[in-house]
Amino acid sequence: MTSNVIELRSVSKSIHGHDILYDVNLEVRNGEFLTLLGPSGCGKTTLLRLISGFEEPTKGKVFINGKDVSGLPPHLRHVHTVFQSYALFPHMTAFENVAFGLRCQKRPAKEIQERVNNVLKIVKLEKYANRRPEQLSGGQQQRVAIARAIVNRPLVLLLDEPLSSLDYRLRKTMQLELKQLQRKLGIAFLFVTHDQEEALSMSDRVVVMDEGSIEQIGTPRQVYEEPRSLNVAKFIGEVNIFNSTVTAIDEKSVSMEIEGKQRIVKGTYPYQVGQKLHVLVRPEDLRVWGPAEVDDTTDMYPGTVEEVIYKGTTVDFMVRLSNNQLVAATKFFNEDDERVDYTIGEQVWASWLSGWEVLLPHAT
Amino acid sequence: MVFALLPFCLVGLASFLSHSDDHLLELPFTLLNYVQLNNSIYLKVFKESLYLAAICTVICLILGYPFAYIIARIEGRLKGLLILLLIIPFWTSSLIRTYSMITILKPKGIISSALMWLGIIDKPLQLLFTDTAVMIGLVYNLLPYMIIPLLTNIERLDSRLIDAARDLGANRITTFRKVILPLTMPGIWSGCILVFLPAMTIFYIPDLLGGSKSILLGNVIQNQFLTVQNWPLGSAINVVFTFILIVLLLVYWQSTRGREHRKLL
Repeated sequence: MTSNVIELRSVSKSIHGHDILYDVNLEVRNGEFLTLLGPSGCGKTTLLRLISGFEEPTKGKVFINGKDVSGLPPHLRHVHTVFQSYALFPHMTAFENVAFGLRCQKRPAKEIQERVNNVLKIVKLEKYANRRPEQLSGGQQQRVAIARAIVNRPLVLLLDEPLSSLDYRLRKTMQLELKQLQRKLGIAFLFVTHDQEEALSMSDRVVVMDEGSIEQIGTPRQVYEEPRSLNVAKFIGEVNIFNSTVTAIDEKSVSMEIEGKQRIVKGTYPYQVGQKLHVLVRPEDLRVWGPAEVDDTTDMYPGTVEEVIYKGTTVDFMVRLSNNQLVAATKFFNEDDERVDYTIGEQVWASWLSGWEVLLPHAT
Repeated sequence: MVFALLPFCLVGLASFLSHSDDHLLELPFTLLNYVQLNNSIYLKVFKESLYLAAICTVICLILGYPFAYIIARIEGRLKGLLILLLIIPFWTSSLIRTYSMITILKPKGIISSALMWLGIIDKPLQLLFTDTAVMIGLVYNLLPYMIIPLLTNIERLDSRLIDAARDLGANRITTFRKVILPLTMPGIWSGCILVFLPAMTIFYIPDLLGGSKSILLGNVIQNQFLTVQNWPLGSAINVVFTFILIVLLLVYWQSTRGREHRKLL
């Protein structure tokens, strides 16, 4: 048995001549929490439907547990979906909704009773077994939908933006519960979302998608700290992008000119002198200093504070640099940096520690 | 409310009045009309009408459901065309359409000729003035009343529920039986009622297509009013008929526990 429960090999899908997915290669490992992250319309849901069997790929193959599932209808695949709208059966109670899959398998009544009650207990709904979906709150309906899928012990649970219609606090709670549930059950979850925060906080690995193809697959930390493309960087979190040109390069470092200042970045890079690069700096890595706080400004960029946004745990600044570029900086309240409150219109210096930036060559 | 209840009240009142040759209705109040009804002929007519209407409803349902389902599920221009086909018959009076069915059904009509030409039968088929003809006429006239409520119901059915059933391991038959059918029950019931009630009372179809052989409830009422001119007796039949239907509806009402079923009625 392979360690991958699902594999997609060069899968493409077009509908009415439009390419929805293009040459997607993806594997879902046993027991992992994998998230598909991307803007709406990037093909995430189509990808799920290819796995669940509601759509067939135009090209390429889907393997479930090592078996090619081409042409296999949804009810014969051992994967189950939690739909975005929950799609609970309105004419059945919570219990009957959950029992539906087991009844389709014609399990004995006693086993159904036992397994359904068990699962309802896991999702903390044992008291609501006899309610109909319309008598349940959004969060409870969500739990019924999850219970209905996991009671069948699927190989993989597919979740199509299941939290998107819940309010912020409930979403936070459900995120945590889903994560705990996944650990408890030990089955792979393939979770679709357009919320980058959700993706980062829940996943073992994140698949960043854009316009029908996969941009990057990696741990949340990898995709956040080492984005492989400008799209990934822009989609996950905020980022400041500076233009630069390589002025010198050797095996240990690369020198470049960024907005009129020279900077050296350590490390081995395959760049050439004269090549244009994007320099990516996260707002939390961008430091802002008042004029009185600095002695040496050779590495720093002058600017004016344009906006101050107090967020409780952090303060965000929007700073207009002298080249007219607007950058974002985030300051945490910590002991060694007492000066966190700058006023709008104040002259400041912006800078970042060498090594905290990400270099990306211009796309050719 | 006035338009709905006033005719009922008038009919109810008339059913307790006496009848004479000079006046349509006259005093004194009497229960004689109802006593007259306790007659095996009326019972037989009622049973036969009930039977015919029930069969007609079942045939309409069997023919109408797949048709409604297909229209509800397809998209684009074909859908518009099919709905148009459904509405076109309403542009002509149902009476005229029934007359035109005579030409189709008569021994030298289209059906008979076509069957003979195909060699399936060797002598003209006597379809007209049979129960089959009445049934064909009823089904043809009432089928749209079955399809339209079904169509609205099926269109409102969330296709994601069907996806969910399939996803949970239900094959097409189970999905239909456990999800589609229960959720389209309101449409089925309203379609059945819309077909069943007119099938009981429509009088010109048995008259024209069934000849004198088939006397149904509608004909009896029509006879009492227009031919015999015994309005009180006709009213009494009508009142009893309405009463029995109300009882039937109440029985159905009680038997369906689901609130959503009732909403559509």
